Order: sequence, then C-alpha cells, then structure tokens
Amino acid sequence: MPKLTVEDLKKIKEEYRAKAALREGKHRVKVTVHMGTCGLAAGAREIMNVILDEIGKRDLNDVVITTSGCAGLCSREPMITVQVLDDPPVKYCDLNEEKTRKIVEEHIAGGRPVEGLALVQGCETSY
Amino acid sequence: MERQRMNLMLCGGTGCIASGSLKIKDALETELRKHNLQEEIVITLTGCNGFCAEGPLMIVHPEEIFYEKLKPEDIPHLVEEHFIKGRPVEKLMYKEPQKRSTVPSMNEIPFFKYQVLRALRNKGLIDPEKIDDYIARDGYMAAAKALLEMTPEDIIKEMKDSGLRGRGGAGFPTGLKWELCHMAKGDQKYILCNGDEGDPGAFMDRSIMEADPHVVLEGMIIGARAIGASKGYIYVRAEYPLAVSRLQLAIDQAKEYGLLGENILNSGFSLDIEIYQGAGAFVCGEETALMRSLEGKRGMPIPRPPFPVNKGLWGKPTVLNNVETYANIPQIILNGASWYRSLGTEKSTGTKVFALTGAINNIGLIEVPMGIPLRTIIYDIGGGIKKGRKFKAVQLGGPSGGCIPESLLDTPVTYEDIVKTGAIVGSGGMVVMDDYNCMVNVARFFLGFTADESCGKCPPCRIGTRVMLDKLIDITEGRGQPGDIELLEDLSQEIIKTSLCGLGQTAPNPILSTIRYFRDEYESHIHDKWCKAGVCRELSTFYIDEEACKGCTVCARNCPKGCITGEKKKPHFIDQSECIKCRTCYEKCKFGAVKVGPRDMFAKDEEKEVLSK
Repeated sequence: MPKLTVEDLKKIKEEYRAKAALREGKHRVKVTVHMGTCGLAAGAREIMNVILDEIGKRDLNDVVITTSGCAGLCSREPMITVQVLDDPPVKYCDLNEEKTRKIVEEHIAGGRPVEGLALVQGCETSY
Repeated sequence: MERQRMNLMLCGGTGCIASGSLKIKDALETELRKHNLQEEIVITLTGCNGFCAEGPLMIVHPEEIFYEKLKPEDIPHLVEEHFIKGRPVEKLMYKEPQKRSTVPSMNEIPFFKYQVLRALRNKGLIDPEKIDDYIARDGYMAAAKALLEMTPEDIIKEMKDSGLRGRGGAGFPTGLKWELCHMAKGDQKYILCNGDEGDPGAFMDRSIMEADPHVVLEGMIIGARAIGASKGYIYVRAEYPLAVSRLQLAIDQAKEYGLLGENILNSGFSLDIEIYQGAGAFVCGEETALMRSLEGKRGMPIPRPPFPVNKGLWGKPTVLNNVETYANIPQIILNGASWYRSLGTEKSTGTKVFALTGAINNIGLIEVPMGIPLRTIIYDIGGGIKKGRKFKAVQLGGPSGGCIPESLLDTPVTYEDIVKTGAIVGSGGMVVMDDYNCMVNVARFFLGFTADESCGKCPPCRIGTRVMLDKLIDITEGRGQPGDIELLEDLSQEIIKTSLCGLGQTAPNPILSTIRYFRDEYESHIHDKWCKAGVCRELSTFYIDEEACKGCTVCARNCPKGCITGEKKKPHFIDQSECIKCRTCYEKCKFGAVKVGPRDMFAKDEEKEVLSK
C-alpha cells in the first residue's frame, strides 16, 4: 500500500462516511418498509430488496431504510412510507417491483412524491 | 456497492465481553444468516460504551435503540420482531431504577444525557479495529493539520491556550510541558504515553485504548511534532490484553497507511511508536519509575530535578502524557483552543472522564464538563445510591485521593476545588460509598494497597505506610489507643514531606481526609470499640430491636449459622455466642430492625474489664 497523502485521507473519509451514515444519525430521506406478517405475506421482503438494490445502484448515501410492523391496512400491503426531511411523510401502497423502482427514482432520489401511487400523507407513530 | 439498512453497534469493551457480548455476536450472526439478512444488517463490535453495569449492550442504528443485558436466547425474538418487523423489543430496553417505564433511545437515558463526549467522542460509534472507521470521524485530520500547516510553536501555543491539564492525576499544563521539552536541547527526544492505569476501580484509560486506539496515536503524533521526537512508546500494563492487541493493530494499520513511520503524509516528519508492556506495578505510573521500567531497569522513581522534559528516558528530553490527555489533543488542534475552553472553568478547562463505581445505580464510564457539581454526577448520571440507601462519601483519586462527604457534594469538579476538600481529581476513579461503609476500614483498604505497592526505595514510604497500616489494623480490630488519631496525623505529614515520589507523598491522603470528615468514626472505634457501620467484625454486635422487628423471618432464613430464632410475626433473637458477624441479617432486614451495637454490648462487667485490657 502506497503512503497516504492528505487527499487520500479525505477520500477515505468521504467514502467511509457514506457507510457510517447510519450511525451518525444524519440523513435526508427515511424509508420505512412495513414488514408485519401481512406485509411479509404480500411481498414486503421483495420490496425491501428492490429498494436496497436501487439505492445501492444510485449510490444514495443520505437515505436510511427502516422497517416497521403492520400499519393497519393489511389489504393494501406491501406498503412503504417515504419521508424527505422537513416534508410530511408519504405512504405508498399496493406496491410491486416496478412501482417501487419508480418511487425510488422520483421521490427518494428526486424529492417529488409520486402522486399516482401515494395513498396518504402521514405515518403512524413508532419509536 | 452493497447497501446496509441497519447497523448493530455491539459493545466489545472488556466489561461487556465479560458479561457475554461475544456470545451475543455469535447468536446474532447465526440468526441474521438464517433470515438471509447478513448483507443488509451489519454488526460492529465497538469499544466500551460506558454503561458497563447494564452489559452486554447494543445500540441499533439508525433508530438508536438501546438494548441492555442481552442474552443469546433473546436474539431470535429480537431479530424477528425488531430487525424484520420493525417493532423494537421493549423488554430488552433500559428501565429507570424505581420506575417501570422503559427508555428506548440512548440519548434520553439520564446516564448519557448529562454527558459531553470529547475524549470519548468515538466510543461506541466506530469499530476500534478499523482505521477507516476512525478516519471517517475526522481521524488523522488533526495530525495532518499539525504536520502540514502548523509549526511546533503554533501547536504549543494552541495547547497552552486550550488550558488542557494532564489527565493522569497531577493536572500539569500539557502545553507548558511540551514547551519545556521543545526548548530542551538533545539529539534524540521521546514521546511517551502512560497507559499504566493502576488505581483500584479506575478504567478510563483502558476504555479509551480499547474503544479508540487511533486517537492515542494521533495525539502522540501531534505531541511528537511539537517537541521534535522521532520515537514514541506506549506503556501499557500487561493486564490489559485487549487494549494491547487493539493498540498494536492500530499501530500496524497506521504504519501501512504511512501515518506512522518515515515522512508522514509527505510532511518530512517521521515517528515510530512501539508498545511496551508493564508488569503492573502501581509505582510505574509515576513518570520517572515508568521511564526506568522502559529502560529495562527495576521500576523505581528517581529524584527530580532534572525533570524528564530535560533528562528523561535514557537521559534524553522526554514528554510523558496520559492516555486521556492524548485523546483530547486532536480535537483541540482541529477545533481550536477557544472551542476547548468553552467547557469547564477558567483553570480547569474541557471535560474529564470518570469511572463511576461503588454503591451507585449506574456504574460505568462517564465524561462530563469540568465544573459540574459532584451531586449531578452521583444523583443524575449515577442514578443515586443503590437500593435507596443513604449516601455517605465519594472517594476520588484512588489511593492518592480522599473521601468527600455529603456536606460537600455541591463542590464543582475542578482540580482546584477538589484539592480544597482533601481529595484530588486524580486520574478519574470515583467510588461512591453508602452508609454500610466504615470509613476507617476504607482508609485501611487504601493503605493496604499503597503499602503493598510501595517500591521500597525511600524509607518514609516503605516504613511509613506500613506503620500507618498496622495502626489502622489495630484500630479496626479493637486495639486502638487514645492518641492514635494524632499519631496518624503526624506521621501523615512527615510522609508527605519526606517521600521521594508521588506514591508516598499522596499515600496518607485517604487517612487524612477520612479523619477530617469522619473523625467521630475513628473515635468510636478507639474509645467505644464500636464500628457503627457493622463492617469491623471485632467491633460490632448485631442485635434485633424488638420494637422494630415484624417477625418476617427473613433474617432467620438467611442466617448461615442458624443462630437467629423466633416465631412468625414475633420478635426474633440473635444468639450472640454463635454469631459470626457476617452482616447477612443486617443487610437483608427490610425494616431496619437489625442494629449494630458496640463490641462489649452484652459483655458482663468483669468481661469488659478483661477486654479493655
């Protein structure tokens, strides 16, 4: 390994910071995948994989992904809630892979809610 | 790039490893693999989180949910409920003592809420075995600034302006020490780190070395640049194997990155650092003894002057700083002296790490701004005294320190204010004692320690501590004489005046401070042959107060000698001829009906005469 310069040091810092973003508690977007029994049965796991894949591909470092339980609307699962910082949270329902990719592109990356897919504004409270 | 959604920060400090965190790690790995989550959920083994009493601990990011006292059998449920379904598991969270409510988030727990992390800023947030984790949190940026943008004079000025004082105990201004060594003439200079933490109950330095080893190296690089040293040693006791292995790993990684070795960051500055393992003698925490030990000689102090900044290791100019001191330095260089001074008082700036132990609810490692009242530490951070008992004293500074009583609990924690009470800030051991403690016995404990650890070079310490210890043993075993207190005070003054090094000069402090605040306890031991706390067996008689006894039978059921008798709901009775004074009944009684009387309480008059002779 060649010796580092200050620039190398800064590069490592930036690269690694992305990975450590989870711990630092700083993020722009929070995505909650509802993974209660109903969500899981309806395919929430696949939705989670798609989101992780898309976000990884786009190298979005400021997005945290969490899970939550049943939101109470079991018939409309799989659901996710997207909250861009300082905006109200938006809930999406009846998701499939294609819809999910669109949400990542337009809302999570682009910051504009996908109106045709949105169910409602708001999110149930959890920790 | 694979994407993670959760980061499990599992505490891998010595405390949590002892309570089983490595088993938790195995269980987590197995369970995550079972659900195929190992890619998206990562486990990081961190250094000491600080809240050791509640271990094994784990903080789950991004939500920062705090789990405690984990057991391997909790893990399948935890993974399923929280990590898959997103429902944090309440029964594994922290519960406030005396309250039923759970506190999910780490920063809302009072233990953490009042703390300000500077020296410990990376604790629990990085993997101490990964240099990249450290770099991500501004690691080595201060070293880069010091090497490339600052002259040694700039560094020294910044350090002097910051007001940072040595965290090892004596509180000598770090900037001044560096300046003196910078000005000293010598072809070779050394920078040393003192990791020989030996006070009973203290584990600040160990936790820093285990949780954030690179910060120690970075602090040393900056110090080496300031004084012009090209070689450094970290003196760690061999009893800290985890600290040694993590430091060694950190040194290897830093060398690989060129952050140690020749021409660091193309600055033209070179520094090599090695670990030296000490054998665990308390006196080797004293700077001149430490240097002799490093030289391969017997660890004994030598008279000062010449001071080590002029003639230290192998007779060359040497700076020795404590682990915690080094941990503060990178932040001072990055953020500036005035930032550092923004916390603390005029003469005691910044923060101080303490190891909080003893009869307190929240045992662990804390970092607080200088100037915080002791009361806040004990009642807010510490959560008060265990089992609702009464506070008696807090011991600061270990065997070199003293006990501070209830009446002085509003004393702000600064070097000057604590010295006025007869204790010292010291390296940061803080042992809280409740009314079950006998202060004479506490003094005896610490004197036993210093008498054992005295290196034997100078007679005042070698013989003096032994004489004082014998006197204390006499007092606690019922052979105390009128005049003993005065004799102890006189001896203490002589030992302080005539001892060669800090060990002897401070060894009498535990005696002097307990005499100062708890003289009545010494007097009742000597004159009344009565240890009111029931600790000194020879000086206590346990008996049951018939009025207060409810006849609940707890004492009788727990008595190992079976010498407590009595019917249910009727007053009980202790057979004095059988009682071995184990204190079990005294500690178990919920009604305070078991009392402690003087030695001769039930002795007949003629026996009393014999006993008093």
